[in-house]
Amino acid sequence: MTVVKDETPADRLAAYDAAEPAGSGRGERLSALAQQHGALVALVAIAAVASLSFDSFATTGNIENMAVSSAFLAIVALGMTFVIVTGGIDLSVGSVFVLGGVLAAWGSRHGTVVALLLPLAVCGLIGLVNGLLIARLRLAPFIVTLAAMLGARGVMLSVTDEGADTYLVAEGSLFADLGQGKLLGIGVPVWITAALFVAGGILLRRTRFGQHVYAVGGNEDAAALMGAPVARTKTLVYTLNGLLAGFAGALNAAWLDSGVTILGYGMELEAIAAVVIGGTLLSGGMGFVGGSLVGVLLLKVIQNVINQIGSLDSAYQQVVSGGFLVVVVIAQTWLARRRRVP
Amino acid sequence: MADLTLRRALPADRERVLRWLQEYGVYLGVALLLLVNIAFTPHFLSAENFRTQAVQVAPVVIVALGMALAIGSEGVDLSVGSVMALSTSLVALYMGYGPWIALIVAVVGGAAVGLVNGSLIAFIGVQPIVATLALMVGARGLALVLLPQLEDIRDPGMATLGSGEFAGVPYVVLIAAALALVVAFVVRRTTFGRQLLAIGDSRPAAKLAGLPVRRVLIVVYVVCGVLAAVAGFLATARLSASDPTSLGNLMELSAITAVVVGGTPLTGGRVRIGGTVAGAVLIQLLTATLIKHDLEPSWTQIAQAVVIILAVYAARERGKR
Repeated sequence: MTVVKDETPADRLAAYDAAEPAGSGRGERLSALAQQHGALVALVAIAAVASLSFDSFATTGNIENMAVSSAFLAIVALGMTFVIVTGGIDLSVGSVFVLGGVLAAWGSRHGTVVALLLPLAVCGLIGLVNGLLIARLRLAPFIVTLAAMLGARGVMLSVTDEGADTYLVAEGSLFADLGQGKLLGIGVPVWITAALFVAGGILLRRTRFGQHVYAVGGNEDAAALMGAPVARTKTLVYTLNGLLAGFAGALNAAWLDSGVTILGYGMELEAIAAVVIGGTLLSGGMGFVGGSLVGVLLLKVIQNVINQIGSLDSAYQQVVSGGFLVVVVIAQTWLARRRRVP
Repeated sequence: MADLTLRRALPADRERVLRWLQEYGVYLGVALLLLVNIAFTPHFLSAENFRTQAVQVAPVVIVALGMALAIGSEGVDLSVGSVMALSTSLVALYMGYGPWIALIVAVVGGAAVGLVNGSLIAFIGVQPIVATLALMVGARGLALVLLPQLEDIRDPGMATLGSGEFAGVPYVVLIAAALALVVAFVVRRTTFGRQLLAIGDSRPAAKLAGLPVRRVLIVVYVVCGVLAAVAGFLATARLSASDPTSLGNLMELSAITAVVVGGTPLTGGRVRIGGTVAGAVLIQLLTATLIKHDLEPSWTQIAQAVVIILAVYAARERGKR
């Protein structure tokens, strides 16, 4: 007896997703799988080994600590994923992050709304300017956002009297709770990050805007010929990235209780590394937000493991991260080539 | 890449002005800043001041020379700042054997980083940004592993190199100038230079034409690493100390800025060494001018950002053809 089952749209989508790697053959599908989920496998493996080796790794306190400290970088990496899928790059996120934190801490004395809206407005504006310069004037993203990196840090310094003033978050405010509060035993920033990733995943995978993002990254000229609003999509992506980086900075300020002015150095590189480790190709047109989250967690777990070893100082962490990134990009490039070349 | 939007043709004379600006704008900028400073900055026209400015800009120039080659090959090298840090660590560790051995070890270290960068880019096909980003993180970590904290360098030879001068010109500046001349000669007059520009213009075409693409790319990044190591060595000599935590921080940005402001397009195929040197000088003068007129460092950064955007905007017109 055969059971006839109605094919739901979800099934069809699943079938489409499964068939997505061009051509057939188990090898290619395996390559695709490794590329997309290799980071997850590595994360699980490292976490498993770490929890067996160190008593203090799999404790509630340590996991909670890792989760909250990952949250801020994860939000930045979420925006970066969108930018990289369009084939661009944004080097300004570290500066925008620290600017967002300073503005939020300054604004918190005028209430939670100001503390949130001020950084969002300013950082969104920086993202918008980046996007307009890149999309309308067709300047290279690398260099535009490099300039924005200098400019945003300059604005931050001029707001804080050359970094001498550290604004404190108003005590007992709702805004401070946003960073330090807990819901069901889990820190509020973790909840917010999770919600943003779900929203980001839906935005990228299930909306017209998300399709445009993929199309622009895949082939800009083809996307334009098919009628996708290339310039608008790019502008929006950089604006979104500015908003998310500023928001992450604000959240971080709420967590730290102050707008620390020396943060964010090298954050753009960490975010790009997380996105690349997560399986998003820097050449654009391919990628997914879940991978970036895994990439962030992987970086933070490695960092934590190195701290657990104790006898190694934090310099080794950079050596390991750098070496790990080399291994990942070699694997990525090799896997991508296997998939593309017939 | 096909340009899909219709653009209205520029009037011929406007186009000529723009082209002239792209070609000589950076020199014009330097000249303007010099005139402004001579007119408005007290004590600007002193040999001492010029010497200070030149000594400060020398390491940037040396690093930017390598960066110009990388950008000319349609790449970029983000690891140069970390290579400077690695170089200073190696110098501190091997100073016991004398400055020459220390220099050789530092240069070998820089070349090794460049070799890894170049191999990743040429053989594996990793994008230059990612490959050199990985080495940027790794090399700085390695520098700190080798030398965890600041160490004073007490060597008479190093002290002479760092603060001595010949005919009123500091050694550091002379070395930077000599290196600039050598690199300019290589780019203009040698087969390697031609091959580099061809590869930057179109890598597939260069490959089809039978050029040794991989070898040239590897040499480019090795040279980039070696120049950064030399800059690190000179900076160590000048500071009489080895500080891998802070040496070379954001140097990649200064170098890229100098190259771009100097009129080398990011799309590759063209290298302007004179422009690069002038670009580094322009940024140095701009910063010095703003600081001397009591503008805070924050405004210096914002001004730099504006200059970068203006420079790439000017360079963009060329690409339209």
